[in-house]
Amino acid sequence: MEEIPFEEALKRLEAIVAKLETGSLLLEEALQAFEEGVRLARVCSKRLEEGETKISILLRSENGKLEERPFEVVPEKEDEA
Amino acid sequence: MKGNKSHPMDLFSSAYHIHLDRQVLTVSELTSQIKEILEGTFVGIWVEGEISNFRRPSSGHMYFTLKDEATQVSAVIFRSLNRDLRFIPKDGLAVIAYGRVSVYERRGEYQITVEYMEPKGIGALQLAYEQLKERLAQEGLFDPARKKPLPLLPQRVGVITSATGAAIRDILHVIHRRFANLEVILYPVQVQGETAAGEIARAIEEMNRRGKIEVLIVGRGGGSIEDLWAFNEEKVARAIFASRIPVISAVGHETDYTIADFVADVRAPTPSAAAEVVVTSKDQLSQRMDELIGRMLSSLQLRLQRYATSLSHMKGRLQALTPQGMLKLQRQRLLSVTDWLERGSFAILQMKRESLQRAVGKLGALSPLAVLERGFALCMRLPSLKIVRDAEEVGIGEDVLVRLFQGKILCQVKEREI
Repeated sequence: MEEIPFEEALKRLEAIVAKLETGSLLLEEALQAFEEGVRLARVCSKRLEEGETKISILLRSENGKLEERPFEVVPEKEDEA
Repeated sequence: MKGNKSHPMDLFSSAYHIHLDRQVLTVSELTSQIKEILEGTFVGIWVEGEISNFRRPSSGHMYFTLKDEATQVSAVIFRSLNRDLRFIPKDGLAVIAYGRVSVYERRGEYQITVEYMEPKGIGALQLAYEQLKERLAQEGLFDPARKKPLPLLPQRVGVITSATGAAIRDILHVIHRRFANLEVILYPVQVQGETAAGEIARAIEEMNRRGKIEVLIVGRGGGSIEDLWAFNEEKVARAIFASRIPVISAVGHETDYTIADFVADVRAPTPSAAAEVVVTSKDQLSQRMDELIGRMLSSLQLRLQRYATSLSHMKGRLQALTPQGMLKLQRQRLLSVTDWLERGSFAILQMKRESLQRAVGKLGALSPLAVLERGFALCMRLPSLKIVRDAEEVGIGEDVLVRLFQGKILCQVKEREI
């Protein structure tokens, strides 16, 4: 469940909501679907929250390969003043 | 006459004269001299005319005729110089060409070897832009069906722009301001000048090879058409089109579109706007999640509510069917019957009372008392209290009771008159 791609989790969640809304499920099925929906929603929300801002720049090293280095924005002239 | 005779001679002699002075040139020599004169004289000239009969064989050289209303001259642009042309010549186009006259000795023809040429009227860049746009459109590079959707939740964004320009600053500003939690990988390139287009195209290719990058922002801050030119070049357009990674173009020019804008999967008017596109998708998703969770909850709540309602309904019906329930029901019916009865009998009683009162009223009118009030009196025998209606009923000396309106008096009969 944790490994499923965000797009798929969202798609499955949407399908579950649609199925719940038709009201055609038996109560047991509905509760099961609800439970899965909650799990999927949790996965999706977590994916939305996770990660942190990281800025890097690709620089060509001597052997011609590109290497990632942390990147700091050069401040504008006005900022320096 | 002599003259007449000598006429053929004269002819001959003049020919002879020519013959004597003659200095015979071979065709090659002549051509060579013409070449020398023409090529020595017509160097670095500007010629204005209209292109016709344009052709470009597989050699890559371009051949055409420059003409005006009266005359024409052949022209050539050699392949090595083609690259510097920013537009593609075609028939009917008015141009100003710079070059020199050269003689093509094999055919004894002269032509203009064009070293530089620009369209007359509109700028070369503008024309180049229009032409490339048309060509790429025909090839299907702008086809909406070929555009790739942006990833729903991009985590790693590649940015191809100058490391020192306004574009990267603007993009990072948006990302920081929105707490976007994104990984940004900048591929620094020149965004103007001779090498820019090549660098941008190469950066797009390398970013694709790197993998892991989910969306590319390619752009720069605003500038003149010359500054933005790299984004109008074919190699950049082709690199964007070939990119597996969806590309957002972000050339800082809100009104004009560059070729890159047309090819890109999404066109953002500025680098900041491109960053917003990426970040907003996240906001929207988070909103969508809230909505889905809400719908899921309310659909379940609705269902539970429905169950609860029908359950209490059933319970009510069931309760009515227990002995207690039956008893209660019957008691209720009894109560209501009693009630009805009570109310009914009260009404009857009332009716009777009213008719009684009416009768009493009538009675009043007939009461002897009413007669007595008017001054009549009742005479009764004693002790029977029988009312005396005939004088013969009483004897002389007999006591009678006389009833008046107020009170009674005892009297003795003294006389009778019959």
